[in-house]
Amino acid sequence: MARVGIIPVRDATDRELMDISGRYMLSLSLDEMKAIQAYFRSIGRDPTDVELNTIAQTWSEHCYHKTFKGIIETEDGVIDSLLESYIFKASRELAKPWCLVVFEDNAGIIGLERDWAIAVKVETHNHPTALDPYGGAGTGTGGVFRDVIGVGARPILSIDVLFFGPLDYPYELLPQGVMHPRRVMRGAVAGIRDYGNKMGVPTACGAIGFDEGYVCNPLVYAGCVGIMPFSRYTRKPKPGDLIVLAGGRTGRDGLRGVTFASTELTPDSERVSAVSVQIGNPIEEKKLLDAIMRSRDEYSEPLYSAITDCGGGGLSSAVGEMARGIGAEVELSLVPLKYRGLEPWEIWLSESQERMVLAVPEENIDRLMRIFGEEDCEATVIGRFTSTRRLKVYYDGEVVCDLDLEFLFKGIPRVRRKAYWKPPHEEDPDFPMPEDLMDILKHMLSDPNIASKEWVIRQYDHEVQARMVVKPMVGIHGDGPSDACILKPLRDSWIGVVVSCGVNPKYSSHPYKMALSVVDESVRNNVAVGGRRIALLDNFSWGNPERGETLGALVEAVKGCYDAAKAFDTPFISGKDSLYNEYRLPDGSYRSIPGTLLITAVGIIPDVRRAVTMDFKEPGNPIYIVGNTRCELGGSYYYSTIGVRGGIIPSVDLKNAKLIMDGIVEAIDLGYVKSCHDCSEGGLAVALAESCFSGGLGVEVWLSEVSRLDLARDDKILFSESNSRFIVEVRRGREDDFEKIFYGLPCRKIGYTTSGSRLVIHGLDGKIYEEDIWVFKKAWKSTFNW
Amino acid sequence: MKVRTLILRVPGTNCDQETVEAFEEAGSHVDLKHINSLIRDSTRLDDYHIFCIPGGFSYGDDLGAGKILACQLKYRLRRPIERFISEGKIILGICNGFQALVKAGLLPGLNGAFNRQEATLALNEGGLFVDRWVYVRCEETRCKPLNSLAKTIFYMPVNHAEGRFIAPPSILDVLEDDGYIVFRYVDPYGSISREWNPNGSMNNIAGICNMDGNIVGLMPHPEKHIHQYTHPSWTRLDRMSNVNCLRLFKALVDYAYTHLA
Repeated sequence: MARVGIIPVRDATDRELMDISGRYMLSLSLDEMKAIQAYFRSIGRDPTDVELNTIAQTWSEHCYHKTFKGIIETEDGVIDSLLESYIFKASRELAKPWCLVVFEDNAGIIGLERDWAIAVKVETHNHPTALDPYGGAGTGTGGVFRDVIGVGARPILSIDVLFFGPLDYPYELLPQGVMHPRRVMRGAVAGIRDYGNKMGVPTACGAIGFDEGYVCNPLVYAGCVGIMPFSRYTRKPKPGDLIVLAGGRTGRDGLRGVTFASTELTPDSERVSAVSVQIGNPIEEKKLLDAIMRSRDEYSEPLYSAITDCGGGGLSSAVGEMARGIGAEVELSLVPLKYRGLEPWEIWLSESQERMVLAVPEENIDRLMRIFGEEDCEATVIGRFTSTRRLKVYYDGEVVCDLDLEFLFKGIPRVRRKAYWKPPHEEDPDFPMPEDLMDILKHMLSDPNIASKEWVIRQYDHEVQARMVVKPMVGIHGDGPSDACILKPLRDSWIGVVVSCGVNPKYSSHPYKMALSVVDESVRNNVAVGGRRIALLDNFSWGNPERGETLGALVEAVKGCYDAAKAFDTPFISGKDSLYNEYRLPDGSYRSIPGTLLITAVGIIPDVRRAVTMDFKEPGNPIYIVGNTRCELGGSYYYSTIGVRGGIIPSVDLKNAKLIMDGIVEAIDLGYVKSCHDCSEGGLAVALAESCFSGGLGVEVWLSEVSRLDLARDDKILFSESNSRFIVEVRRGREDDFEKIFYGLPCRKIGYTTSGSRLVIHGLDGKIYEEDIWVFKKAWKSTFNW
Repeated sequence: MKVRTLILRVPGTNCDQETVEAFEEAGSHVDLKHINSLIRDSTRLDDYHIFCIPGGFSYGDDLGAGKILACQLKYRLRRPIERFISEGKIILGICNGFQALVKAGLLPGLNGAFNRQEATLALNEGGLFVDRWVYVRCEETRCKPLNSLAKTIFYMPVNHAEGRFIAPPSILDVLEDDGYIVFRYVDPYGSISREWNPNGSMNNIAGICNMDGNIVGLMPHPEKHIHQYTHPSWTRLDRMSNVNCLRLFKALVDYAYTHLA
């Protein structure tokens, strides 16, 4: 007797349908439950628990992205799918021939040179990290590696962007069931460290931010870059191919992870959903990687016809996706288990880590099994692809699931949501200029968001694989903050892959400008070291989209993504959204994260020997600022440091921004640039201080020379966070050539580097601000001196 | 005849590709083989002159860094390894490979190979995994293949959690007095300094050899610096004057070519 339950939905009332959704943790809406009811009425039977769970996983926000694909009514008209109308549209219109696989597979794929291609994916693992920081962040990393392995690429870089609550948050204010940010951070960093280091993938790119909005809902973005010979890319399972489950064994860990991720967290989450967090084992995944790479390369063709990661939704999602358009049959009793006693639906849904599903033509199965055997990696045939267009699952020979794939993938009713948006009123506040700007600068440098993250970075192995040409820490003492990292992935070529990020939740009150700003930041970080031909990934972490204002803000951010991508000529190649990052308190009130958009930029540099780093190189070189400084201090670290509210969030002059970026790349290629650093958090002042102490050199600059609009105060020039700006140290004697490149654009010589250790700034009215660079460095390094 | 190097791969090895590259750049023929093929005797250690165990987390470093791999060497590959050593052939262990050689009793092996473990690599003084570039001085020792490099200061990264070399005083004295200490952490000018010791190793020991000088192991990663563009500050250096670690691999391959091939 198969251990399978039948759930009577055909005669259920609306209320009963919602009870079923709640009881089985399906996270489905009434519309969706009714669609299921209609389907089973039409075929004249009730669903099994396996079937109902399969549908819930497939239709979850996490797997299906129903908000991004849904219909959104706004005051300016109806948007038919945010993805189609903005994100995909930008990529379609830019139509880059080097974009090989865009939004179609587990990872985006772009060409590098010859047959070599780069696969990139960024994911979120926010909900599991809130419950189990170590396990949640670690398996987030493991999961995104598998996304890249799942397109047949070898991971060469791990990216991690983390957001936590303030580290000094008072314990007594923590809501019930919430861990202290310090504990969450230590756990998450350790989880990423242990997974990445053991897998042998360098972790060298990312950011860590702190804000009160993340106390209940920490964010973990985990990304991965991989390299592959594109001729070995295959994703066409054929009827008759065997379904092989490879890697770790299946257990009860990670049940219903995707439906869990599609709801808010509550104080009960730990009790109810602890099994939704998976348990990671990086060595298992390393064996899987070794075996898959051999299966890919050892013969004239890959031994598999398709491969995919077994992640969210487990087998139900992996096999279901692969079976689309053909069909599949699976015998669950063949699945190797960690321990006995799993119900059929548990085997089918388990998100146990380190598993991949391969479609293997029968004639290749012996070769494949030999390779996996030699690598000590378990692989099991659990079924076969068919041409029935049905997903048929057995347990001990008995049918436990028999679904029409057409219904499973297309039967979901489209969600309709309403979005409202009112642009915030922005005004620069009036306040007297503080006296001691250098003391404020010192405080800003020790702000956890700006301060050195060396304590974290050194725990991550960024040397393994020996491909890292520009490392996360650069400069005379190897600890300055690099704008981006550069990998040289091929032994026989000087071409480099340039990876950078842009993210700034402090601008979330104006999501359109935030999107422009973070695209600009990611691109300018990339450009600052010499990157070009940039592809973008978008990752949204947002609150509950069923609330009009929250969705309205999301729509604004998506519009900003489209406009910026078009202006910078940078297509999106992959992305993901994580919604419902909220915490519901027992009294019914909720806390939401600030809408957080991470943009990851992946560029190339034709010759890594031309790369530039941000540390000042020699005394006596002219220092330029490229880009206009405006009165844009809304969300700035200056205002938060001195406790001033309001201000104007930085925007982007889209026309000039692109020209500035192109100019920087040209100047780097021509060898005029000795160092280059972007101005971002903390503005010109922080950028200058960082370049000084990273290079062990002083600098003397005149604020009167800074090209600026509507700004006549030293503090605002120093700390404005206007976008598209670079501090460039130009090779002596090349000033004219450099200026020629920026003809017609804001580009001004503001001073020069000095051999001392003084940062000297001449104010507009002759006042001199001065401090020792090592004082700044000490402040910058003291925060995370754990 | 060309020098032949075997690089060992086990579940969790992750520095294999760059180690292959280093030995190839040094002029050796290189084969990268899984330990299972040695255990099943389809790969013969006898066919090689150099045997290198690269870095990684062998078998997850469960039971302690390199411990399970040490058992594999000791109980599954003992005979071929003993034969290999007795012929004067070279074994190199880097990072996890070094940890395994020490725990298998091959380094320093004062009482003979596989006899007993005489030292260990404990958790770093800082208690955490550390990724940091260090200066490493090559000493004049009983390790003949590397004697041509004595006093050379190399620059390379350490990437480990368990790298603090410790040994009982009686053993440490022998290592010091009889020329077993091949590599030490030093400051940029070559002086021994506590500040430049990344993990708290006794006497700043970064690597040691055995009595015959043909087994050598070290915690830092020379294979990560075989060309100048992985140097963490290469954008500041005079592009021609950069000593990298390829010389270390060349010295081993040249020695094998002269004495073994």
